[in-house]
Amino acid sequence: MSHFPAHLLSMDDLDADAIGEVLRVADSFAEVGRRANPKVPALRGRTVATLFFEDSTRTRMSFETAAKRMSADVLSFSAGSSSVKKGESLRDTIETIQAIGMDAVIIRHSSSGVPARVAEWVDHCAVVNAGDGWHQHPTQALLDLYTVRQSLGGGQEGTDRFDGLRVTIVGDIRHSRVARSQITAYAALGAEVTLVAPATLLPPSLDGWPIAAVSHDLDAVLGATDVISLLRLQAERGSGAYVPTMREYSAGYALTARRALQLPPEAIILHPGPMVRGVEIASEVAELPSARITDQVGNGVAVRMAVLFLLLGQGSLDGAAA
Amino acid sequence: MSAPHELVIRGGTVVDASGERRADVRVVDGEVVEVAEGLEAPGSATVLDAGGCVVAPGLVDLHTHLREPGREEAETVESGTRAAALGGFTAVVAMPNTDPPLDSAESVRNVYALAQGAMAQVAVAGAITVGRAGERLAPMAELAALGVHLFTDDGDGVQSAGLMRRALQYATGLGVVLGQHCEDRSLAAGGTMHEGAWSSRLGLPGMPSEAEEVMVARDIALARATGGRVHFLHLSTAGSIDLVRRARAGGVPVTAEVAPHHFTLTDGYASGYDPVFKVNPPLRPQDDVDAVKAALVDGTADAIATDHAPHAPELKDLPFDQAPPGMLGLQTALALAVTELDLPLARILALLSWQPAVIAGLDPAGGGTQGGTVATGSVANLCVVDPTATWTVDPTALASRSRNTPYAGRTLTGRVRHTVLAGEPVVIDAEAQR
Repeated sequence: MSHFPAHLLSMDDLDADAIGEVLRVADSFAEVGRRANPKVPALRGRTVATLFFEDSTRTRMSFETAAKRMSADVLSFSAGSSSVKKGESLRDTIETIQAIGMDAVIIRHSSSGVPARVAEWVDHCAVVNAGDGWHQHPTQALLDLYTVRQSLGGGQEGTDRFDGLRVTIVGDIRHSRVARSQITAYAALGAEVTLVAPATLLPPSLDGWPIAAVSHDLDAVLGATDVISLLRLQAERGSGAYVPTMREYSAGYALTARRALQLPPEAIILHPGPMVRGVEIASEVAELPSARITDQVGNGVAVRMAVLFLLLGQGSLDGAAA
Repeated sequence: MSAPHELVIRGGTVVDASGERRADVRVVDGEVVEVAEGLEAPGSATVLDAGGCVVAPGLVDLHTHLREPGREEAETVESGTRAAALGGFTAVVAMPNTDPPLDSAESVRNVYALAQGAMAQVAVAGAITVGRAGERLAPMAELAALGVHLFTDDGDGVQSAGLMRRALQYATGLGVVLGQHCEDRSLAAGGTMHEGAWSSRLGLPGMPSEAEEVMVARDIALARATGGRVHFLHLSTAGSIDLVRRARAGGVPVTAEVAPHHFTLTDGYASGYDPVFKVNPPLRPQDDVDAVKAALVDGTADAIATDHAPHAPELKDLPFDQAPPGMLGLQTALALAVTELDLPLARILALLSWQPAVIAGLDPAGGGTQGGTVATGSVANLCVVDPTATWTVDPTALASRSRNTPYAGRTLTGRVRHTVLAGEPVVIDAEAQR
């Protein structure tokens, strides 16, 4: 377990070796999940808190399931039911939680940068970013990589590199923490990333981003796509005002059944969820065999187990997954 | 401590708008009575050592948020003017975005009353519009009659071009100056930092340079059309600087200030999401920082103004997008200029003392006592600066009630040694005397 960082705040924290390690460890834990009793003692005696200042059912459930499958004690803290509503500051909340004694805190917040700030405030406690504002959602990107790797021949020699893989990310990249993590993650493994969006839904600057191309014409790139990842138009973040109408957006950027036919036969379709069927993805496309959206959810647990294990675990993986 | 009957400042070099010369300065009852080499001091006189130092007119800050009334947990007139005195300032222009805002004679009189006995002269900037709401003009003539010379809705720009034009027309009849915080809300709303490579990467909503520049361009056109005097507050972009440079070359009556953080810090400082680096206008990329420095060198910028903006620590512990913008500035401005600018000290003092004094109407020609030459008959508002002393910024050692300096731990060159306010040494050897 060489150079795994103390916290997972951003995909920038992980180099290709560390990503490869997460994927290989996730393979072992995926096997655990298929057992009749899917539980191992890897994190017995360790305490993990989920601090969700923004609603999320699926990500929280995924992290909590991951921690419980490794026998960690899990405390669940949500802003709606806590002292945050009474006006307690973020810093005081973190200090309280740390005083209770945590080995890891898993944080989701609507403001970019909160996990990074929390990581500066805590001692001897790993911080995992479960999504912050428009910034990063690293475990989502890792589970996408895992899902892609699975479809390329899962865990076999050489599949920890994505050299030459053509990845197309479509939609509201400007407001997407998932896209920011995905771009870094795919590029770290050697994939060529193309962004497709109306100019208003791209970040104001792409200076220094590891991307191969930007396009405003989805039809033109579909034939040269091995992995297509669709992003939700984040209406709750005001994204609706960045395009004239949803209908116009869908006409240009939704993956319709007609467009799905233009993809190469081996291409796969990903979506981080929650999907808005009919806006960015047609309902029948989401049901295609090439759509790995349900696999992504299942893989999320194994990948999050791997992340928690690498941040907190001691001893060998062989013992941990036994 | 009140002003001593007689004060002698010995061993320094006097620098003011008339030039520089080796001279001691004798002050009797608050007034400079003698400026010459080798002055004797009677035993009853207070003597300040100025060996190796520059003796200059006190600094004048065009842009100070004293927070009182309304935000006394962040700063008060007392704590803010103590910080000013320690920074070498003998006058500050208090911004009107208090609670209540300074948009009426009553509220202005209240600040004057709070400033009785303060450690620096407090001039008040009045609001341009009632409640700084940008809808109708504040009673500018009533405020001007109380001595208000600079008007601004600072914190916000006047969004309506029509209202700004009317305010400028009205101001021409009063001889006052309108200060503009240039920020077009339709472009900047929701922004938390400079819009660019860093904001894109950090996933933070940005404020584009154009949000500032379109209002600079608009107000230049309005100043040209009306003849009204516009002073641009805290300009931060290369484009703004260029607009002002060309306007002045064309004879449009505009002046401009820049803030120390805009010539010392870039937007990359926000990369750790620490709100101590959040400010309006935001920190900009290096090209803009270079343009701000160039504006000071070529004279496009008339003044360095601190935009001293205290905020209570708990507000700066909020997430970046929720924390209020603003930085402390009074105690670091001079040293940052000395450390970071490639300018002789006399030019730096011009930018921090006599040029802003004129813009604020606090200079002798404007009927005031700030920024004038150090000469017989002038009021002794002075600062004594050691231009080679180094010191390290310690937020907990600052006089402000707040701690939000972005320069914690930085070692700076240039230190205010003594500050004299109307003959009273309010700071001696970098220690506040009250």
